Amino acid sequence: MSDATSILIIDDEPVARSRLRELLADLAPEFPHRIVGEAANAPEALSQIEMSQPQIVLLDIQMPGMTGIELARHVSARAASGESSKPMPLIIFVTAFDEFAVEAFEVRAVDYLLKPVRSQRLLEALRRALARVPSEHQDAIDQLARATNTRRRHLSVHERGRVILVPLEQVIYLKAELKYITVRTAEREYLIEESLTSLEEEFGDRFVRIHRNALVARPSIAGFERVTPAGENEGGDPYWQVVLRDVEERLPVSRRQWSSVKNLVS
Amino acid sequence: MTPSPAGVDTGELEPRRRQTDGADLPVLPDTCNLGTVLRVLVCINVGAVLLAAVVANGTHGFFDRILHIAAIVEPATLASLIILCPLRRQVNGKSRWIQYGVGMGVPAVASFLVSLALAGLIQPDTGATGHLGWAAARGALAAGAALGLIEWLRLRQLSMQPSQAEGRLQALQARIRPHFLFNSLNTVLGLMRSDARQAERTLENLADLFRVFMRDSRELVPLDEEVLLCKEYLSIEKLRLSDRLQVEWQIDDMPGDALLPSLLLQPLIENAVHHGIEPRSEPGRITINIAKTGERVRVEITNPLPERPPARPGNQMALSNVRERLGLTFDVEGQLVLTTEEGLFRVTVQFPYRKERRRRDVRRNFDFDH
Repeated sequence: MSDATSILIIDDEPVARSRLRELLADLAPEFPHRIVGEAANAPEALSQIEMSQPQIVLLDIQMPGMTGIELARHVSARAASGESSKPMPLIIFVTAFDEFAVEAFEVRAVDYLLKPVRSQRLLEALRRALARVPSEHQDAIDQLARATNTRRRHLSVHERGRVILVPLEQVIYLKAELKYITVRTAEREYLIEESLTSLEEEFGDRFVRIHRNALVARPSIAGFERVTPAGENEGGDPYWQVVLRDVEERLPVSRRQWSSVKNLVS
Repeated sequence: MTPSPAGVDTGELEPRRRQTDGADLPVLPDTCNLGTVLRVLVCINVGAVLLAAVVANGTHGFFDRILHIAAIVEPATLASLIILCPLRRQVNGKSRWIQYGVGMGVPAVASFLVSLALAGLIQPDTGATGHLGWAAARGALAAGAALGLIEWLRLRQLSMQPSQAEGRLQALQARIRPHFLFNSLNTVLGLMRSDARQAERTLENLADLFRVFMRDSRELVPLDEEVLLCKEYLSIEKLRLSDRLQVEWQIDDMPGDALLPSLLLQPLIENAVHHGIEPRSEPGRITINIAKTGERVRVEITNPLPERPPARPGNQMALSNVRERLGLTFDVEGQLVLTTEEGLFRVTVQFPYRKERRRRDVRRNFDFDH
């Protein structure tokens, strides 16, 4: 069965999922595949993708909590930073009539199916998906997210096979350390594998860069204080630190960022 | 009026059926309606004050005049409004000349009679023949004023009708929500193999809904019928959303015969599903409470507020459409109020209780000459 394509079905409506299952069963002779799972919501979907590594994901756009496009952005962000051993799953969107879908999907590297889905159309989309170059597909998804003005409202943290969605408004700072980024909330720290630069690009209106390795949420900045180095660094130049709400910790502001950061002090 | 093929007498409400333009609108305003009564009273009284100001000489004369004018105008206006209220239904559908004749004749006669009765008090010096002429002049003046009011109220009503083909098309599209259609078709296809009977029932419900969607939305229907339609709608959504959608009907005290514009409640319930249930991952409950309080019908539709404000602003089209049609039918007596409390969103609709009268003999509407 190794040549059978693995497929994951994501839709919040049980009847819609069973319809896709029936159609796929009909197509089995022409398109050998196995359905590796089903998911009804975003957290479930993200852990299933992580766990069963499907080659193709059939993804409904209108879902509660998180739209399909937002979910796809999580998948692509994970693939962008993750190990190359995990190829980006190929996403085929499924949607009922939607005003933004039609124009946004001019992007050629992503496919979408209109509900009710026809089996011939599904077959075409599956075959086309297998022919895609994963990196192009990933760019196309980011492009689609921008075109539809979709930004993630969570960061997805992978912890022991589970996926935790951390709401962005709880994040106090993001700090790059080696190959990971530490996500700090009032309660605890999480580790994610993403790039600080792309996070800054995506969430630039909420986070401000204070250092080469750190982004701080603007609402979490309580103030700044000037520090004169003591102990082993004694004699070094004085520098500024950010005082944060909800956590004791302080983060240093680099000399280069200070000129733009100091304007935040009112 | 075009005869209504359904043969339902819509009672005291405007039977707005199958109107392509304003040509077959009733000429006379609905004087049973509080809004119309207020408009007429305000106009007449302002007119009376202006008239007094014109004909009076000096402040003293002005108050004297006002008193005289009011003595005739107030009882005559009230009497006309009361008489025209039931009479209007009798002349609806008759020729326009008859309608104008009644609309001007009633106030004219009322003014004439009131003036004649008061002639002795106001004009004690003139004789009986003088009184007749004096009262007839007041009657003629009343007829003129009535014509002005009738025309003004008729044009006002006309301007509020969804104007031409374009407006009607938009209204139609607003009612056939593409999301709902395609999602429902997808549900039916999903059921087809596993539960053919359920698929059949769903298609039947869908057919019923679309029959009503494509009907003239100004048509009046009994509440029973609208509620049935809402239940059919909800049963389709229930299949799609399964346990996430919970519905509670509190309609034991519902006056099923109360008339309301068709599709007044269904869009509100659709809104509740769309904004209250669909964005939630957890189950949510929609409560529909309908009861009669005094001479008014009160409908409350409650849904949970979305967990987070929607990414895109909600569609206000359904609400403004319902509000507009409520106003067209019930004028100031129809109300739509939105409230938010403790995580719940509530739409309250109130309108006067007018019930469906007996079903008219259908054959009367197909009165062929041969």
